[in-house]
Amino acid sequence: MSQHIVTGPERSRGDALLEIHGLCVDYGQGSDAVHAVTDVDLVLHRGEVLGLAGESGSGKSTLAMAATRLLREPGVITAGEVRLHYDTGSVADLLEAGTGALRVLRWSEVSLVIQSAMNALNPVMSIRTQLTDALAAHVPDMSRRSRRDRAVELLGMVGISADRLGSHPHELSGGMRQRVMIAMALALRPQIVIMDEPTTALDVVTQREILEELIDLRDRFGFAILFITHDLSLLIEIADSIAVMYAGRLVERASAQALFRAPRHPYTLGLLHSFPALHGPRVPMTGIPGSPPDLRMLPSGCVFHPRCRFALARCADDAPPLAATGTGGRVVACWLQHPPESAPTELARPEPGLEAWAPPATADGQAATQGGSAA
Amino acid sequence: MRTIARRLAFYAATAIVAISVDFLIPRIIPGNPVNAILARMQGATLSKATIAGLDEQYGVNTKTSLWTQYIHFWGNVLHGNLGTSTSNGFVAVSTVIREALPWTLGLVGVATVISFVLGTLIGVLVAWRRGTWLDNLLPATTFFQAAPYFFIAFLAIDLFSTKLGWLPSGQGHQDLDFPALNWTYISDVLDHAVLPALTIVVASAAGWIISMRNVMVTTMDEDYVLVAAAKGLHRRRVIWYAARNAVLPSISGFSLAIGFIVSGALLTEIVFSYPGLGLLLVNAVSDNDYALLQGLFLIITLAVLAANLIADFVYVFLDPRIRQEA
Repeated sequence: MSQHIVTGPERSRGDALLEIHGLCVDYGQGSDAVHAVTDVDLVLHRGEVLGLAGESGSGKSTLAMAATRLLREPGVITAGEVRLHYDTGSVADLLEAGTGALRVLRWSEVSLVIQSAMNALNPVMSIRTQLTDALAAHVPDMSRRSRRDRAVELLGMVGISADRLGSHPHELSGGMRQRVMIAMALALRPQIVIMDEPTTALDVVTQREILEELIDLRDRFGFAILFITHDLSLLIEIADSIAVMYAGRLVERASAQALFRAPRHPYTLGLLHSFPALHGPRVPMTGIPGSPPDLRMLPSGCVFHPRCRFALARCADDAPPLAATGTGGRVVACWLQHPPESAPTELARPEPGLEAWAPPATADGQAATQGGSAA
Repeated sequence: MRTIARRLAFYAATAIVAISVDFLIPRIIPGNPVNAILARMQGATLSKATIAGLDEQYGVNTKTSLWTQYIHFWGNVLHGNLGTSTSNGFVAVSTVIREALPWTLGLVGVATVISFVLGTLIGVLVAWRRGTWLDNLLPATTFFQAAPYFFIAFLAIDLFSTKLGWLPSGQGHQDLDFPALNWTYISDVLDHAVLPALTIVVASAAGWIISMRNVMVTTMDEDYVLVAAAKGLHRRRVIWYAARNAVLPSISGFSLAIGFIVSGALLTEIVFSYPGLGLLLVNAVSDNDYALLQGLFLIITLAVLAANLIADFVYVFLDPRIRQEA
């Protein structure tokens, strides 16, 4: 029914879908510019759930907004490349694409579930209008009737009955709104769904239900998810791999298991100790001393060194490159992982021996294997 | 349904109070309205019956109780009998008002609607194109709103009427014209309306532009507008997502403005000698024409109430969130 159904050679899971290279984003210009994202390389694979973690202001959302060209004033993309691989094998450069081309690929290739579903739905428009207008814009020959049928089908996918079509957002609960948002994001069967803190405003029970539904839907339709959150313990439950950002830079990326069991960057370690794990034994929360740096005046060398309890002398002068370490495609930007330095034991736990990103285990399966090693 | 009934009851009560106040005004203001009229009528001969009629109308020198007068007044109002205008050759007030009403509705009504629609659209555009040359529209239009109206109006008359001779400088239509509904008459009326309407629009558009622009600017930062853009909707549709929400506060302002159309644009009608209700009101005040004033107040009050009632319903229609409350 839509032209976006796979027509070319079926691509296997694991191929690169969205490639971000050297992306830099500033807010403002000149000497006052805030360097929100600096030189980030990130690849989202077909069917993968990639978690993007970091404190508030670490550039997670900015990265996602810039990569989809939804960045608002005064945000400016100053460098980089974002490549989207279509099913057919053709590639689009999102940063070069014109407005017309962008409009066509938006929602049909990349859709968005935003931070607060409370405000992501237009308060004066019915659920039906908001579900169907993307269909109307992208599939002009679709009849009113079939648009409505598709809207009913989409609501059914997230467990909302068809009689809610005529409702307005204020008549729905927070969880329902977020479900509507998710249903809306799947309307055109996109390859990528970007989720920016999709469950942060919800209570933990609803949060859990929605995440489970989301993973179910992912298994059914095979879209990839870029999941942005500050909640690392949540990511470990649902993500295949996790990228950790600090002060606009990527500091570590690894499979969820590897990152959780054997973090290599001191910041990742700090984040892991800042949230209670959803499963496993009790561990005292320690947090990370200090606060994130001013993005207008970043510290020299490694941006994390003023807060790092393992900092070396060279950390204040030289910025560590993001380099591959160990197995499984892990990358980390920390001098401690560069011989001849030897990393402290917390940062040198043995790799759990999984590939770069495993086929998604169920959240429960992951949890079962996770108990002992966290202590 | 219950909400509607409750609103209707509220407006009915307000109307009753307003009409009662209208009844009381000539009876509680100091001085004797009939004497004032008689003093002005020096030289004219008024029959005893006429004076008695005036006495009765204003409740002076009568033996009937205030309550009886009040009931009587209501009877008259409900029959559309608003008394006799003393300053217009003893014509019924309702006739005087009926003659002036279309002029005001036509001129001020159309000008207000144009000003609102134009101002709101410009406001949307200025907000959407923030940071471009369009920003300069704001100080320019604000100047026209801030400058004294009569000054702008006289400048306009001087330029377009006296110097260029494009448009007539006043009146609603040419004198000595027999009003017949033919093109000559209509085009003549339009000719006379252009300049006053233009000055009203120029002087009031800034308010609509600024209020729409400001709300629009904040609305554009809402997440649902971002989502609309992320959906790949056409730009006009994205603007609509924001504008549809941003226009709500302006609608409230517009409903008030609609209500005050009937009171006429006083200054406009004075400057352009336009034969509308505003001019009527000014003349009624200067001529101590109490009956006419009473009638005008009544009409203005009812118009404001009716406009608010309509605005309430329109608002309910436009904003689904209101439907649940109250």
